[in-house]
Amino acid sequence: MKNRINKLFQEKKERVLSVYFTAGYPDLEDTVSIIQELVKNGVDLIEIGMPFSDPVADGPVIQRSSLIALQNGMSIRKLFDQLKDIRQVTDIPLILMGYINPVLQYGVEAFCEKCREVGIDGLIIPDLPLSVYEEDFRSVFENNNLHNIFLITPQTSDDRMRTIDGISEGFIYMVSSNATTGAKSSVTDFQRDYFERVNSMELKNPRMIGFGISNSETFRNACQYASGAIIGSAFVKALGGTEPLEQKVSQFINSIVTES
Amino acid sequence: MSYQVNEKGYYGEFGGAYIPEMMVPNIEELQHNYLEIINSYDFRQEFVGLLKNYVGRPSPLYFAKRLSEKYQSKIYLKREDLNHTGSHKINNTIGQILVAQKLGKHRIIAETGAGQHGLATATVCALMGLECIVYMGAVDVERQAPNVKKMRMLGAEVIPAISGNQTLKDATNEAMRDWINNPVDTHYIIGSVVGPHPYPDMVARFQSVISEEIRWQLEEQTGRENPTRVIACVGGGSNAAGAFYHFLDQENVELIGVEAAGKGIETHETAATLTLGTPGVLHSSRSILMQTKDGQITEPYSISAGLDYPGIGPMHANLFTSQRARYLWATDAEVLDAALELTRLEGIIPALESAHALAALKKLQLKPEEVSVINLSGRGDKDMETYLNHFGY
Ligand SMILES: Cc1ncc(COP(=O)(O)O)c(C=O)c1O
Repeated sequence: MKNRINKLFQEKKERVLSVYFTAGYPDLEDTVSIIQELVKNGVDLIEIGMPFSDPVADGPVIQRSSLIALQNGMSIRKLFDQLKDIRQVTDIPLILMGYINPVLQYGVEAFCEKCREVGIDGLIIPDLPLSVYEEDFRSVFENNNLHNIFLITPQTSDDRMRTIDGISEGFIYMVSSNATTGAKSSVTDFQRDYFERVNSMELKNPRMIGFGISNSETFRNACQYASGAIIGSAFVKALGGTEPLEQKVSQFINSIVTES
Repeated sequence: MSYQVNEKGYYGEFGGAYIPEMMVPNIEELQHNYLEIINSYDFRQEFVGLLKNYVGRPSPLYFAKRLSEKYQSKIYLKREDLNHTGSHKINNTIGQILVAQKLGKHRIIAETGAGQHGLATATVCALMGLECIVYMGAVDVERQAPNVKKMRMLGAEVIPAISGNQTLKDATNEAMRDWINNPVDTHYIIGSVVGPHPYPDMVARFQSVISEEIRWQLEEQTGRENPTRVIACVGGGSNAAGAFYHFLDQENVELIGVEAAGKGIETHETAATLTLGTPGVLHSSRSILMQTKDGQITEPYSISAGLDYPGIGPMHANLFTSQRARYLWATDAEVLDAALELTRLEGIIPALESAHALAALKKLQLKPEEVSVINLSGRGDKDMETYLNHFGY
């Protein structure tokens, strides 16, 4: 079967909206409802965070949602359980995002097989480095039709970007600035230079810009330089509100896609 | 069998660099340059010169006569407590600040538990005129208050880490986040043999001066280079790595690390990582750590802030797995007794961390002809509050 991420980027070349949320937050059993609401509101791709106790690449908002999710009882096992019928509900591309240690404890092979079984299309594991991926993970990922999504940053050299582009499938995750998630939120000159540098490289994979995208303005700006953008902390923050879930999701997504 | 790191950054199956892409440029820069820098003539001159004239090395190897009488065996103390700033941590920070300078960095960050590494970092930053930011768990800011005041007087900014248990692990998380947010111009001086390759190896090399000195000092005093055993406490494992280093290939020298058992290994309030842990990845290297079956890191506990950490350096994970070294544990109560014992028998108030190594004496069957070297990694000044609360002086 064709990977849903590839299909998406073949069909849609601009203003692709990807949204991240932490599984198990605000409530343990919200996972499927959040996915359904995001789909209803026209989101193109969903990243489901697997919470970890020590998320070093994340800022305060996702640190907090991860902590609460763990306190609520979230685990990879639980998450797979919640997702077991998700493909009867939606065909949207789904990516799991999380740190390497819980995946190692689950067992890499078992984890990847389970991903295929429930219908996951890709993985983002920030602390899985390129070299370890190539040696120890690539073949199990590929055997299970899972795309490993790599990050690039303003500090990534051109050479390394080409290497990453070479082994990437699906898309490349362009980290907007040198930052943990949730920081900074305007497109500075420095970021513009970086975005333009990457665009001029004519990479084979589409790019999505993430980190610091929080409203319609930052979303629009990011979309000028890539196929689309990824929103994480701002959405997680919105989920912390007291309104009904349906309302929180639709209000937030509307505020992003509506041109001001 | 080699117990040293291989060219890929692993000790056996442990080590490596599990870093997010944001840290790659800084870590690769270090990986590509650290050996050339620290083996260069200029660096050696500066490093050795500062260790001698600034830190006060060599630190004495002291025959502890009354302690030896009590345990009916020969016990020597390697006096790292007499170093400038009061612990072994300064050996590493002198080395790393020189590396940072050679790499052209102007801003220094560090994590600290007991505050000894933060203090040693703040000290070398003052010495070199570099900006210094130290992350310290909010709980440790409280329990190691004298060191916080010293760091501030030295010009460092101390930022309390308020996540998790607010101890060493959380301070390390915050320091890593700082580095991700400031990838240019900043060097992260990690305080132990933990973190991504090349840190464990680099820090072990800087600390290896401890065992280098033990060998010639012991020979000078006893005519033999090798003791029967070397004993050191292990948090991340840097003072132990330094004390073991030149004995790793001397298989007849017994190597003993002592972990912090906190309130006991059967309780949840403990930091005995090797005794209770399983393989996994924390702070960018594969090692042994305390975790749940789901791979979430367990919050540790120890009376000693410097050992209150759920991981351990990959070198020790390998020494443990290959059985080259043995790892014991000591509870808070045993440690307090051992600290008082040394104080009364030898007139030396040890750091709580170092008192873990002393507590091992009761757990070993020492023979009269045997020679044990205990690495006294630090002095007890910073722990006076804890001692006073406990003993009521
Ligand atoms: C005196 C002393 N000994 C030991 C340690 C533990 O560190 P390591 O295991 O890296 O030697 C510390 C840490 O703060 C310390 O201050």
